[in-house]
Amino acid sequence: MKPFTFLTRAGLASAIAVTASLAMAAPRTDLTLGQQLEPPHLDPTSAAAGAIDAVVYSNIFEGLTRFASDGAVIPGLARSWEISSDGLTYTFHLAKGVKFHDGSSMDAEDVKFSLDRARAEDSANAQKALFAGIASVDVVDPMTVKVTLKAPQGNFLFNMAWGDAVIVAPESIENIKTMPVGTGAFKFANWVQGDHIDIVKNPDYWGTPAKLDKVTFKFISDPTAAFAAVMAEDVQAFGAFPAPENLPQFDADPRFKVLVGSTEGETILAINNKMPPFDNVKVREAVAHAINRQEIIDGAQFGYGTPIGTHFAPHNPDYVDLTALSNYDPEKSKALLKEAGVKTPIKVKMTLPPPSYARRGGEIIAAQLRQVGIEPQIENVEWAQWLEGTFRGKDFALTIVSHTEPMDIGIYARPDYYFQYDNPAFQELMTSLDFETDPAKRSALLKTAQDIIAKDYVNAYLFELPYLTVANAKIEGMWVNAPTQAADMTAVYWTE
Amino acid sequence: MVRYTLKRLVSLVISLAVASVVIFLAIEVLPGDPAAYMLGVNAQEDTLAALRDQLGLNGTAWARYSTWIGGMLQGDFGTSYTYRTPVAEMIGDRMQVSLPLALMALTLSTVIAFPAGILAASRRGSFADVLIMGITQLGVAIPNFWFAMLMVLVFAINLRWFGAGGFAGWEAGLLPGLKSLTLPAIALALPQASILARIMRSSLLDTLTEDFIRTARAKGLSRAQALRRHALRNALIPVLTIIGLQFSFLLAGAIIIENVFFLPGLGRLIFQAISSRDLIVVESVVMLLVFAVVMVNFAVEIAYALVDPRLRASR
Repeated sequence: MKPFTFLTRAGLASAIAVTASLAMAAPRTDLTLGQQLEPPHLDPTSAAAGAIDAVVYSNIFEGLTRFASDGAVIPGLARSWEISSDGLTYTFHLAKGVKFHDGSSMDAEDVKFSLDRARAEDSANAQKALFAGIASVDVVDPMTVKVTLKAPQGNFLFNMAWGDAVIVAPESIENIKTMPVGTGAFKFANWVQGDHIDIVKNPDYWGTPAKLDKVTFKFISDPTAAFAAVMAEDVQAFGAFPAPENLPQFDADPRFKVLVGSTEGETILAINNKMPPFDNVKVREAVAHAINRQEIIDGAQFGYGTPIGTHFAPHNPDYVDLTALSNYDPEKSKALLKEAGVKTPIKVKMTLPPPSYARRGGEIIAAQLRQVGIEPQIENVEWAQWLEGTFRGKDFALTIVSHTEPMDIGIYARPDYYFQYDNPAFQELMTSLDFETDPAKRSALLKTAQDIIAKDYVNAYLFELPYLTVANAKIEGMWVNAPTQAADMTAVYWTE
Repeated sequence: MVRYTLKRLVSLVISLAVASVVIFLAIEVLPGDPAAYMLGVNAQEDTLAALRDQLGLNGTAWARYSTWIGGMLQGDFGTSYTYRTPVAEMIGDRMQVSLPLALMALTLSTVIAFPAGILAASRRGSFADVLIMGITQLGVAIPNFWFAMLMVLVFAINLRWFGAGGFAGWEAGLLPGLKSLTLPAIALALPQASILARIMRSSLLDTLTEDFIRTARAKGLSRAQALRRHALRNALIPVLTIIGLQFSFLLAGAIIIENVFFLPGLGRLIFQAISSRDLIVVESVVMLLVFAVVMVNFAVEIAYALVDPRLRASR
């Protein structure tokens, strides 16, 4: 080897090393996250809009407890707690040195204020029922709060993890909708309505600080535009990506990665249990057997979704797979309709809200039901119309909707709920579940509950909605699952 | 003249009053409750009632109408139900996108359409004419959202010259702001320019057969001179009418393009407000647009009278 060649090579190698180390030196600390829906305002304690939690949950606001990515309930602002032996009092010990973003300290008074506000008579909390079991909230000392319940409540800690139960301060409550002041690892910075919201790192955070300096939530409602924005790298990640048909394309592109996780969204074909002929369990069973779940998942969801046979999330340890009770069997379905004395073909009203699982899924289900002699008359409605006509007015025979609230099997104990299932035995079971705090017994009760509604064919259970995220391949720490509608950015970072 | 103006003014006030009643009633019959929309499926009856009370939805229709109109007359457009911010502020924000976008699109369409139309008319039957007519036919036929998506594919995804959408905001500077409006403005301008060019051409051709053009030619002007000095000005009247119509369409009607490029404009504000039953926003924005149209008409009528003395005398 000639000397100069060696030198040149060495120089080249060191040049490469320098360039590489420069690139390695500073990973990005900002991120633009696409989301489909813009929140109407930023107060999670006074609206049902999941889009609010999708920005503020855990980023800006924190509660006594919180959900982890896998759905477990873990300590939040309350670092530990004691439960009295009768299950009636919860004594929460708060984290020390917690400050709101305006500099004021968070203490027991703030907790009392938040819980009392949520359960007050004039409260506008969309999940007021979460707080209904509270008898009183007492400040023991600045770091200790005692919550007394009217009756033992097995899922109280779970309830306190909801975005609707976050801790707010009386000093900043007035402008919370446009200027949210919480205790989280990020602070609200700026909102260009209709376009984006910026949050920035909270340098005084009491816990593990956020890794990113700034996160921009960019709102893109149109699925085609969402695809273009990711492809053009205008956004570096997109949570709850609305166009599953495009995911294979992202998957094949080394610039991106696709995360497929679970949600708490049980997607069902809801049946009006009070409307003839669906007041007959045989007819409801006929509907269930007429439906081919896989065809719906493939056709409406491009293969993304887990079949369910009851109203329960498959990733939950207490889930029972009951899909066999409602297997696809059109002949059985026809026989059941005959047995029930239904003269086919029968025309029924099916309302479909805007999401694609409902609109696309509805067309497929309608075609499947026609095979057995049930002819759904499809009516496409907006959400506001759906809420008024279908949900409150109960003017429907069939409708498709995804119930995204976590652990919501309790809705089957409400006879006035829109599908109008009225079974005293089930209602009793749910009441005993409320009083049960022993985990093993709770699990058994939950399994029985799933069984009852599956065997009563209350609704036709379709699939668990998947949580689909597209992200730049160099981003780590995103939530894969959505145990609640949240985009927790506190642990997200760039690898380079 | 004063009498005429007063008469026009009275009819203006009447049309505004009628419009306000029609808008209010149309929104009243719309099914859907804003409070139920905001609180979702788990809301309790007492919570809904509390929120309706906060929003002032519990009064009679007449009481709500008079509150709305009373506020409007004092320049208060009310507060959005869902966003909880003043409607006037929201409209102002959206105008920062919609107004420049409409102006850009209109300018672009005029700049393209005028030369194209004049060229096609002056060389009627030539290759240039056939080409321009062919292209504009295509421009009218192609849906602008499809053209917009095509541009996103080429300029944003493949070439990376522009972002795929969104609005940088004027705080970011004039250039980034203009840049984010460029593709949408082109998408909006293309069909408008095509229509305008075709109207320009046919209007010019009509004028060119008029007697005064023949007289001008007889005086010794060349065809091009006659066209420039005499025909063009007369041919402009229908073209200007169309431009006026296009502007109001562009201001509020760009909703599909706003969706493709996820721009926070006026069209999307109305769309979002309708779907979330943010009725006060819908009412106020629509009323504002009606007001704008009525005012333009009023100004045109006054201008007619100034130009044409017969109008003043006969009324």
